[in-house]
Amino acid sequence: MAIALFVICATAGAQRIKGSDTLLPLTQELAEEYLASHPDGDVVVTGGGTGVGISALLENTTDIAMASRRIKFGEKMKLASENLNAAEVIVAYDALAVVVNPSNPVDSLTREQLEAIFRGKITNWKDVGGEDRKIVVYSRETSSGTYEFFKESVLDNKNYMSGVLSMPATGAIIQSVRQTKGAIGYIGLAYLNRYVKPVAVSYDGGLSYAMPSVDAAADGSYPVVRPLYYYYNVEKEGEVGAFVSFALSDQGQASVLRQGFVPVNMEDSSSGEDMSL
Amino acid sequence: MKKIADKTVRWVLTASGFVTSVVILLIIGFLFTEGAGLFGEKVIEEGYVLAVNKDNPVRVLDAAQIKAVFDEDMTNWKEAGGPDLPIETFRLEDMDEYFTEEQLGPQYENAGTLITSLVASSPGMVAFVPESMIPDDARLVFIEDCNISPEEVFAGTEWYPTATPAPLFGILPLLAGTLWVSFFAILIALPFGISIAVYMSEVASERVRGFLKPVIELLNGIPSVVYGFFGLIIIVPLLQQVFGLPVGESGLAGSIVLAIMALPTIVTVADDAMRNCPGALREGSLALGATRWQTVARVVIPSSMSGIASGVVLGIGRAIGETMAVLMVTGNAAVVPHSILEPLRTIPATIAAELGEAPAGGAHYQSLFLLGVILFFITFFINLCVEYISSRNRAKNS
Repeated sequence: MAIALFVICATAGAQRIKGSDTLLPLTQELAEEYLASHPDGDVVVTGGGTGVGISALLENTTDIAMASRRIKFGEKMKLASENLNAAEVIVAYDALAVVVNPSNPVDSLTREQLEAIFRGKITNWKDVGGEDRKIVVYSRETSSGTYEFFKESVLDNKNYMSGVLSMPATGAIIQSVRQTKGAIGYIGLAYLNRYVKPVAVSYDGGLSYAMPSVDAAADGSYPVVRPLYYYYNVEKEGEVGAFVSFALSDQGQASVLRQGFVPVNMEDSSSGEDMSL
Repeated sequence: MKKIADKTVRWVLTASGFVTSVVILLIIGFLFTEGAGLFGEKVIEEGYVLAVNKDNPVRVLDAAQIKAVFDEDMTNWKEAGGPDLPIETFRLEDMDEYFTEEQLGPQYENAGTLITSLVASSPGMVAFVPESMIPDDARLVFIEDCNISPEEVFAGTEWYPTATPAPLFGILPLLAGTLWVSFFAILIALPFGISIAVYMSEVASERVRGFLKPVIELLNGIPSVVYGFFGLIIIVPLLQQVFGLPVGESGLAGSIVLAIMALPTIVTVADDAMRNCPGALREGSLALGATRWQTVARVVIPSSMSGIASGVVLGIGRAIGETMAVLMVTGNAAVVPHSILEPLRTIPATIAAELGEAPAGGAHYQSLFLLGVILFFITFFINLCVEYISSRNRAKNS
């Protein structure tokens, strides 16, 4: 597990931020910029996963928990039993792109087709308008927040088929999709490159398709988008408020865009930059 | 003065030996208690219930049935021993399909009553909801929640540790994957390893050996993730082309990477064992007119058998316990493999990939410890085999 420690100077009242590895690079970037403008502040950012971050919030070993999924009901109950009231802030959106091998002629799929493919009900590309080739399905490991989100959004909470190939990292999915002709997989928008081909996705049964891009995700036409959250104890608002509002400021949201995520308020920070590939 | 130093040294050695043994026993004990804890966990996720209409006679569903119901693979109560009635499923996420925001109230305080009345009015519905949301006087019945049974775990063929409402912990595919990939790794590594060792100890000149041995030992120092990456980029596409496979990530790719990783261990230990073969034996054989090959095959290898065997076992140990390289090249599909050319998933890869976010103390976490216990028993068994082989050899030689 990548645990990155980021300590500038040890003054009193350090803000501890912990949680999702998806949000880790973004939060580090934000912390660096925040410290540049607030030299007397102190921010420590560590990863470990969404679940780790939220249990740290529960044990009061972190001030802000980063989460790549919404807090679970069970976790909310635990917070309530400790008399903690957690505030929820959406800092950015992350779009997932469904990718296939560049040699694959299929360039659009509906949610229903994706569900059938990832659940093993459709096993040949010719059933979705492609060549007569076996579909090889790549997924992330079960511990990944991306895995959970894709299951919720695309598979309608049903389970992946048991023969799905689980890869330990996004990089491995790209490598495998690149070298396997019948492959299909999903990766974060920021990871898209020329070695894999994104497909347009339709959530309304094929009426309208959208290619994954920051713009399409921001205006809502691309459907596979998840919010990324910060959770913090409401009573500590005074301590963490400055950092959170910095993250939501124009400057903070500009670095959200630079890191390949979708800003919360696109109208303010969009500079007409086209991230589609 | 000397006496005191002597005593101190003895005392320190005893103490450290004792402490180490106790710590190891404690670690094993911890592993076992955590692993056994799985069988005390409930099938349905903690804090949640499966509520059905009170007219529905079905009270018991096992984990596999619950998964089939919520995956919409089982669509009629008939299949679960109930009446001929289509199954409707309800999750909290479906709430906004049934109710509006106004109905639910600003803090969702009406959610419990609304769900209760929904389930009470639809005879075929099964709702997966938090226990605390259901009012006490609700006229609903719950599906009986039993403990996870050893049978489900040890004979189960489905590994869905994060499925909701009921995770499935069938370890059979993982166990089969581990044994399958290790078996083929040893099958590949053994002939190569022994022949390299024979070449180095019996045939190669001192200069060649002086160069070869450090190079082979260097292989041991390469981090396993590097082997994994090498496998993913070189071996996987190669296998795909050679065998015309739809997918290159396969058990065979894992076996080849593991064989390369086990080679240095086998070669080094076997080479040392053969070089330690008494010169008198070798010379005696040659003096009796045996050729060099006859001497190697009939005298040197048999007399150093226990050393070779321990090299092989150390190699197997490395193969079975190897995590990172396998994680990257075998595809990690949790299905019982029918051939070595299919993707498979091993026990160490599963533990490494999933322990990071398995909530501490939960069923998933405990199931990973149980996998650790199984791995422990596999290596324990292999060690026993070696002890047996080498003791038999010693008896024969003496």
